[in-house]
Amino acid sequence: MSNAKAQPKSVLWDWLTTVDHKKIGIMYMVAGLFFFALGGLEAILMRIQLMFPEFSFLGYQTYNEVLTMHGTTMIFLAAMPLLFGFMNFIVPLQIGARDVAFPFLNSLGFWLFLFGGLLLNVSWFTGGAPDAAWTAYVPLSSDSPGHGVDYYVLGLQVSGAGTLIGGINFLVTIINMRAPGMSMMRMPLFTWSTFVTSMLILFAFPALTIGLLLLMLDRIFGGAFFDVAAGGNVVIWQHLFWIFGHPEVYILILPAFGMFSEIIATFAKKRLFGYSAMVFATLIIGFLGFMVWAHHMFTVGMGPVANAIFAVATMAIAVPTGIKIFNWLLTLWGGRIKFTVANLFALAFIPSFTMGGVTGVMLATSAANYQFHDTYFVVAHFHYVIIGGVVFGIFAGMFYWWPKMFGYRLDETLGKIFFWLFLIGFHLTFFVQHFLGLMGMPRRVASFLDGQGLNEMNLISTIGAFMMGVAFIILVITLIVSRKNTDNVDDPWDGRTLEWATPSPVPEYNFAQTPLVRELDALWHEKYEGDGKMKAAEPLDDIHMPNGSILPIFISLGLTVASFGLIYSTHVITVIGLLITFGAMFVRSIKEDHGYHIPVSEIKRGKGER
Amino acid sequence: MKHLWRLLPFSFILLLAGCGVENLSALDPQGPVADMQLSLIQLSLYIMILVIVVVFAVYLFVLIKFRERPGDTHIPKQVHGNRTLEFIWTTIPILLLLMLAVPNVMDTFTLAETSIPEADEDGVEPVPGEDYVTIRATAHQFWWEFEYPELEINAGQEMYIPTDTRIIVELEASDVIHSFWIPALVGKQDNVPGITNDLWFEAPEEGVFFGKCTEICGPSHWLMDFKVIAVDQSTFTTWADTMAAPPAEFTEPQGEVAVEGRQIFEANCIACHAIGDEGGAVGPNFTNYADREVVAGFLEHTDENLREWIRDPQSLKPGNEMPAFDESTLSEEELDSLIEYIDTLQILE
Repeated sequence: MSNAKAQPKSVLWDWLTTVDHKKIGIMYMVAGLFFFALGGLEAILMRIQLMFPEFSFLGYQTYNEVLTMHGTTMIFLAAMPLLFGFMNFIVPLQIGARDVAFPFLNSLGFWLFLFGGLLLNVSWFTGGAPDAAWTAYVPLSSDSPGHGVDYYVLGLQVSGAGTLIGGINFLVTIINMRAPGMSMMRMPLFTWSTFVTSMLILFAFPALTIGLLLLMLDRIFGGAFFDVAAGGNVVIWQHLFWIFGHPEVYILILPAFGMFSEIIATFAKKRLFGYSAMVFATLIIGFLGFMVWAHHMFTVGMGPVANAIFAVATMAIAVPTGIKIFNWLLTLWGGRIKFTVANLFALAFIPSFTMGGVTGVMLATSAANYQFHDTYFVVAHFHYVIIGGVVFGIFAGMFYWWPKMFGYRLDETLGKIFFWLFLIGFHLTFFVQHFLGLMGMPRRVASFLDGQGLNEMNLISTIGAFMMGVAFIILVITLIVSRKNTDNVDDPWDGRTLEWATPSPVPEYNFAQTPLVRELDALWHEKYEGDGKMKAAEPLDDIHMPNGSILPIFISLGLTVASFGLIYSTHVITVIGLLITFGAMFVRSIKEDHGYHIPVSEIKRGKGER
Repeated sequence: MKHLWRLLPFSFILLLAGCGVENLSALDPQGPVADMQLSLIQLSLYIMILVIVVVFAVYLFVLIKFRERPGDTHIPKQVHGNRTLEFIWTTIPILLLLMLAVPNVMDTFTLAETSIPEADEDGVEPVPGEDYVTIRATAHQFWWEFEYPELEINAGQEMYIPTDTRIIVELEASDVIHSFWIPALVGKQDNVPGITNDLWFEAPEEGVFFGKCTEICGPSHWLMDFKVIAVDQSTFTTWADTMAAPPAEFTEPQGEVAVEGRQIFEANCIACHAIGDEGGAVGPNFTNYADREVVAGFLEHTDENLREWIRDPQSLKPGNEMPAFDESTLSEEELDSLIEYIDTLQILE
């Protein structure tokens, strides 16, 4: 058994080759924040265009490209990676594991996402980004001139493969790698929601993969799946897209639900109220999430029977969601509520998300949906859900877990300024859009005519968007200036779950000795019922660690090169790209790599955990 | 059931009704279908406001009562949960949703009844154009074509309908997916290539109602407006008869300039823009062009705007199929004659 730890390498090489779930989590966070800023900039550009009637700041074609890229970027390249960042960093710590089940695949998943996201954005510089909205309905997308939609198809295909790999990895990790004593019903809610989300990824993403494949065949290889003149059908795309697309909404919101469950319980200093009900509600939401996709298609002509069934099924989701809302309220009830920035976001989530949830039920009312559909009412609804739920969750999670991830606490004063500006800006932007929609403003319009009564509310909405933009700048400043707050970072919030039992920054092996879990909220139990330290489930011994590898970058790079070949129909390049990918896979398969061991002496030196 | 909301002590929230510009807003319905849809929206809104009020009340109470006070270091009791409470907040939402789901299913089926009316008790068959009108609305990038199959009419951009008559619209698309929405009269259905969807509505009052495309269909999606013009039965009959058989002065105009304009129209325009049934259907039918309130679906109808549109349609409405007619194809004088001729194509005063 090789005992030689690889020689010290440069920092850059270390990050490029890392298979450590914590470093991969941080890379997901950094890349996610970058794309979040990009998507936010696109949103600001759109709101400037819609500030005044008949105002052409971007040009209508460019507007459609910005609109498409805003949606695509925010869903695939900002929200999901940021959540993946938390899932990667936190879940193995919460279940008392040393890493995820497949560290190499974890790294591959990240690099596939990053290369796919960059590929998608290259389209800005090669003659135009995709312009058929993030839903890319055919035939608008299949007939779209230029290469914009080709970039959409291949960029999402590459990054989607990364997401699927990540999802499978989390499933295996959570099933197999839990510390002794951590039964499924002792898992923290964030781990539970990661588990359910990963199941959704496993079943939802293949539908997108197939849809994108068909669209690629139509656009690049002259296929006719969506060509009506050749006997194709354009509604098939909508079904494939939404069979993926609706669960995708839950893929985003469930991890945020998990975060809120942890954060609210921590800052109320109470155990989560109705833990088992929360777990079952999560599972039911995940299950029903697959039963309701056609509620995005009430106006496409499915007939009253299908519409009525999907309307009622959609309404049913309100029940488990309501269970969650009331359980959070009852967790707060009788607690000692501390208003940290993390908790402010979690608390602001409850009313904001409730408002987004009830408009969801209104939209599910099929006969009324004929009025709501494809108007700004829908835009208002899903921003209430996605910002009021997912983005608030991400910000709450950032302020909550930042000390664990980066070794310093974020400044609370700046954080509160950021919070209030963002909250007010958010409601200012999107509340009025409910009314705009019903007053006759369709969504995805590049402008609107004067004299239709839409001017004032659009201006208000743009002002709100500017506030959110300023708030984001304050957040970035907060992230930078807080670096001096390195005291009290191991367990700053009197945490309840296992990640707070590790020192900050977390050593690469996470736990010197795998902890023994004796109760739900394992650390809280030891702190208040035991001696304050986690019991060890194993003697101190050498720790076996996997070696890093540069191969994931080559596998991802190869697929990116192949994508360029496909986009420009230069199939020599496609073959070269695939050779790089399969070559790297071949090297991975034949090369023996047993990893290395961290000796006990080194562990003892670095052993800081309580 | 549908009017159950009247019993709720929430009538102060009627503020929703009447928002926005008349004849555009779904909150200011002008016909029975939009009325039915607004009632359903209001019912759902009242139920949802009930939910919001309960959640917000508990929320504010909890935040104020259980906030951390200075010096407080007690550890709260670690409560596991409560079966009774879980049962309550599972059951009540189900009941509330049933209150919404039942009328919704009924309305969904009512809105899908798009068959033509049946013969009455004496066996008299309904007369198309009087008892009902069928209109085939085909969406193009970026304009609307309205065919009246029973009346043998093809109209562009403006959909004339008789008041108080059942209007059945069949929806088709020639290129990409569009969606047909008249907020003040009826909610939308999509125009999908290869599929025919349909909907029905009625307009009790005369008026001009704004219609919109709500499915992104290209760069000029936002300019794909149309108008629904509801007129009384006799005016509609006049309109329909003239559209089906345009008067001689439309095709053989009097006056020197108009004659020249007609010749230019025949040379340049008629391949795409028909008058009556004579000519192509690539662009909107021109039979009643001078009646239109707008040029190209959105510009005020003036000779200047028409001139600008003919000269450079792409910059006004990017991505549309109309070719530009610059000075080399159409001199200023020729354009004057053409516009003068087009200005005579008027059916209604």
